[in-house]
Amino acid sequence: MDLVTPLGDEVLDLVAGDRVTLSGVVYTARDEAHLRMMQDGIPFDPVGAVVYHCGPVIAGDRVVAAGPTTSARMNRLSGFLLDAGVRALIGKGGMDATVTEQLRGRGVYLAFTGGCAALAAARMRLEGVSFPELGMAEAVWAIRLDRLPLVVGIDSHGRNLFTGVQARAEEAAGRP
Amino acid sequence: MDPSLSLRIADATARAFARAVTTLPPDVEAALAKALDAETDPVARGELENILENIELARRSGLPLCQDTGVPVVYVTLPPSVPLEQGLYAAVADGVRRATTAVPLRPNVVDPLTRHNSGDNTGEGMPAVHVRPGDRLSVTVLPKGAGAENMSRVEMLLPSEVARIPEVVVRCVLEAGARPCPPVVLGVGIGGTFDLAAALAKEALLEPIDAMDPFETSLCEAVNRLGLGPMGLGGATTALAVKVRRAACHTASLPVAVNVQCWANRHATEYVEVA
Repeated sequence: MDLVTPLGDEVLDLVAGDRVTLSGVVYTARDEAHLRMMQDGIPFDPVGAVVYHCGPVIAGDRVVAAGPTTSARMNRLSGFLLDAGVRALIGKGGMDATVTEQLRGRGVYLAFTGGCAALAAARMRLEGVSFPELGMAEAVWAIRLDRLPLVVGIDSHGRNLFTGVQARAEEAAGRP
Repeated sequence: MDPSLSLRIADATARAFARAVTTLPPDVEAALAKALDAETDPVARGELENILENIELARRSGLPLCQDTGVPVVYVTLPPSVPLEQGLYAAVADGVRRATTAVPLRPNVVDPLTRHNSGDNTGEGMPAVHVRPGDRLSVTVLPKGAGAENMSRVEMLLPSEVARIPEVVVRCVLEAGARPCPPVVLGVGIGGTFDLAAALAKEALLEPIDAMDPFETSLCEAVNRLGLGPMGLGGATTALAVKVRRAACHTASLPVAVNVQCWANRHATEYVEVA
């Protein structure tokens, strides 16, 4: 499926393991940006918005490198975004049971391939920035995507691809 | 050290970093392509396709493969005609600073306690420089990203626990899950001391990964039976390769170190002509 921001109820039809592309504006946020948004408010319209766990390298008005960071660091920091209407989180490595529950009936977690900073940058255009004082890696950058290839890691029905794979791996490790 | 030699060493260091962070060694790219050929899971195939496209784009554009351009680990060999002097370390650090501006590399190096970032990827004990004698003056760089490095471990097994070595390797990868950006390359150091095992594990990552001995193959197969797959999303290839290095050890100990490396198994060597 080709998704375009702002997202709506089409995300409810996605199933963990679906491969999708995403186009339109997304907002980068790491640990510091989440804390700042909780305190000072979300600096973009959160309804249907997409948050990308990413600390990009920006040069002037150009996105140089923008691969995903580890989403698990935001496990305790994402509820307020989903409560405000955010429909999708993008990152790598998956998120925990709390976020899986928070996504239920509302949105999805989309996995982007870790380390693919050059691929990401080739499909991105910089549109703006909020909280620039947090520094390059932690600021909230508005970035326009052109068909970024993603996988549905957690769907809106409680299915979490990562925890399923991890459970099967635990089982395999226990076998002689 | 002769100023022109230290300049050439700094140049070689900067060139090696530029190449390492933008271009993967051919054996690593070939291993990823082979993993894609062997993969039937559509999600895993998609991840490997993204990785291979990313490698191609980075090579063509001269931009870093990954925004985590790592901390600088450097291996130098000195020929008999070049004595080991303090100036060597300064020259390598100078090369790191130059690469940080020129490539650019992300400034990743901070004070361990204050977390103050030096801004130029150098600091106390950084770059980590390892020197040994050789035929030529060579500078090999291994930019080490944090995601995989943080999942590495050293275990001090009992001498009676040789049979537990595969379990140590497999549990390391299992507990790391998606975090080190699999498919990984594993450097395993067996024997020596607590610190030597870790050093051997890291050096093992410099070895070509297109060949494994039967022990390495058996470890690699055990890891791949986990089915974690690319990015922990499931699939046939969790590890591209396992490389083992050994050292003799105390009769009462059996150190085992596992250095985890993400798919971007970056390293590059440059040579310096010695007049």
